[in-house]
Amino acid sequence: MIVRVLLAVAALALVTAPAWLVSPYHLHVLIMAGIFTILALSLNLLLGYTGQLSLGHAAFFGIGAYTSALLALKLDWSFWLALPSAAVTAGFAGWAIGRLALKLRGAYFVLVTISFAGVISLVSINWMELTNGPLGLPGVPPPELGPWTLRTKPAYYYLVLAGAALTYLVCHRLVRSRIGRALVALRENEPLAESVGIDATRYLVLAAVISAALAGIAGSLYAHYTRFVSPEVFLFSYTVTMVIMVIAGGQGTLVGPVIGAILFTALPEALREAVAWQWQMLAYGVVLIVLVFFLPRGIVPSVARWRRSRAF
Amino acid sequence: MEQLLQHLVNGLVLGGTYALLGIGLTLIFGLMSVVNFAHGEFYTLGAYATFGALALAGLPFFLALAAAIVLGALVGALCERTLLRPLRRESIDTVMLVMIGVWIAMQNTELLVWGGVARSIPHPFPTAPLTLGPLNIAPVRLFVVAAAAALIGASWLLIQRTRLGTAMRATFQDRDTAALMGVPIGQIHTITFAFGSALAAAAGALLGPVFLAYPSMGDLASLKAFSVVILGGLGNLAGATLGGLLLGVAEELGAGYVSSGYRDAVGFVAIILVLLFRPAGLFARAERVG
Repeated sequence: MIVRVLLAVAALALVTAPAWLVSPYHLHVLIMAGIFTILALSLNLLLGYTGQLSLGHAAFFGIGAYTSALLALKLDWSFWLALPSAAVTAGFAGWAIGRLALKLRGAYFVLVTISFAGVISLVSINWMELTNGPLGLPGVPPPELGPWTLRTKPAYYYLVLAGAALTYLVCHRLVRSRIGRALVALRENEPLAESVGIDATRYLVLAAVISAALAGIAGSLYAHYTRFVSPEVFLFSYTVTMVIMVIAGGQGTLVGPVIGAILFTALPEALREAVAWQWQMLAYGVVLIVLVFFLPRGIVPSVARWRRSRAF
Repeated sequence: MEQLLQHLVNGLVLGGTYALLGIGLTLIFGLMSVVNFAHGEFYTLGAYATFGALALAGLPFFLALAAAIVLGALVGALCERTLLRPLRRESIDTVMLVMIGVWIAMQNTELLVWGGVARSIPHPFPTAPLTLGPLNIAPVRLFVVAAAAALIGASWLLIQRTRLGTAMRATFQDRDTAALMGVPIGQIHTITFAFGSALAAAAGALLGPVFLAYPSMGDLASLKAFSVVILGGLGNLAGATLGGLLLGVAEELGAGYVSSGYRDAVGFVAIILVLLFRPAGLFARAERVG
């Protein structure tokens, strides 16, 4: 009951945010939190539901951002065509990596995903004709909706909010479907799951494709929001941020990554005044260590357990 | 032809240090089942420790190198005692996450202490290259190869010829049986991690004066170390040595004949291809992965 009321209040607060947030800077933080929510949910599909850690997730984000920016800049495609194209391109990359790498597990999978992100990042730096190299692509146009241009922060906020909500719904439907149950079965006991006829590679590749496509959507939203894409979108710190959001919030839950994304977007911004950027990254490292030691299951599962233990 | 020889020689200089990195990582993985993403940070530590010992403490060059290696071992031992020992019963993925945390924390500590500017480490060798027939090689690079070869030889002696090495190999083969035979597993783990970290620090201390020291240098070093270990097969010492030399030469050839912008892609591509087609490593006779 309390949870429902809290959720309703939170939803109302999010929908009306542009009205009560006076500073455009705070709205900017919320927009970034929305983009990271999509990323955290997408990583969570792999990490939380299949148990495979992708440390190359920034690659799918970056592929989405570049695809969308290039289609809009070079071919004058509208945002509404560029966004799905970004999802398809990133999803295709996810399929390729999934087909190749999901024969491997654990550390080996992690290494292939890191290497893949490394290669893609080098391509974005070196392929001057296409990506303009380290200088990046400025002037990505903002999306247009009928007669309006979504140039203002409140308008873009609603776009990102809609994207995050849709992503949540997709993940929600997915993990409660046959596919989601198959993924959890594979995570918990792969030989047993295969013995009842679950095709491990097929389901894991499917999860990788959906996860990559969602990250691609986040990339497209990011490109048309900041209106600038450079090889920095492949930065490893993006991947680390996503991993921390998922693990801190609670991997294998749906609310966890959302809370993790909002918390770890807002917290660094709040700390920005107080401490330098290097301290913030240092704190990320320490937070990750402390979380694994003291809160290995994440915030949401721990709170849920605490509530259950009080109920009896 | 002369160009090819020159690339080969340069490749061996790089490869020697890659082999050091790889041996350290493969020992830690093989013996402790720790996927050490912080390995490259010990490489960075080695480079900065050398810089600090030279520039701040005013130590002579060779003493500074030794100090860097000792510091690498000490920080490694500390890391094992405080973070890895309590987690020894945890899954390999949990430990991997902690090591990712250590990686980020160490790198940003370096950034805070030394700032983002790349530092050049002074060395006592003459800068004019030695000319050996068609080849040109800087004396400092020659020293790097010799020192790396000496360290690799010393590691091999330690592991193959000493009592400690026997205990390490026993732990590698079967931890529980080794424990039953009276091998102090806890100590072996601490020593292994300290030893592997010291080798990484040595690689950083040796390559630091050839290139530059900067806070994110460890990222690439970690990836190179992983490429080496994967090329050679996890836990395979001779494989790591060969893998290191191979990667160094491959990178030089790639940079020389394909494109210098894609130099670092050689390692990534090697990881992907080897894991896909020969996951046990290039030199494995039996299946070692598991």
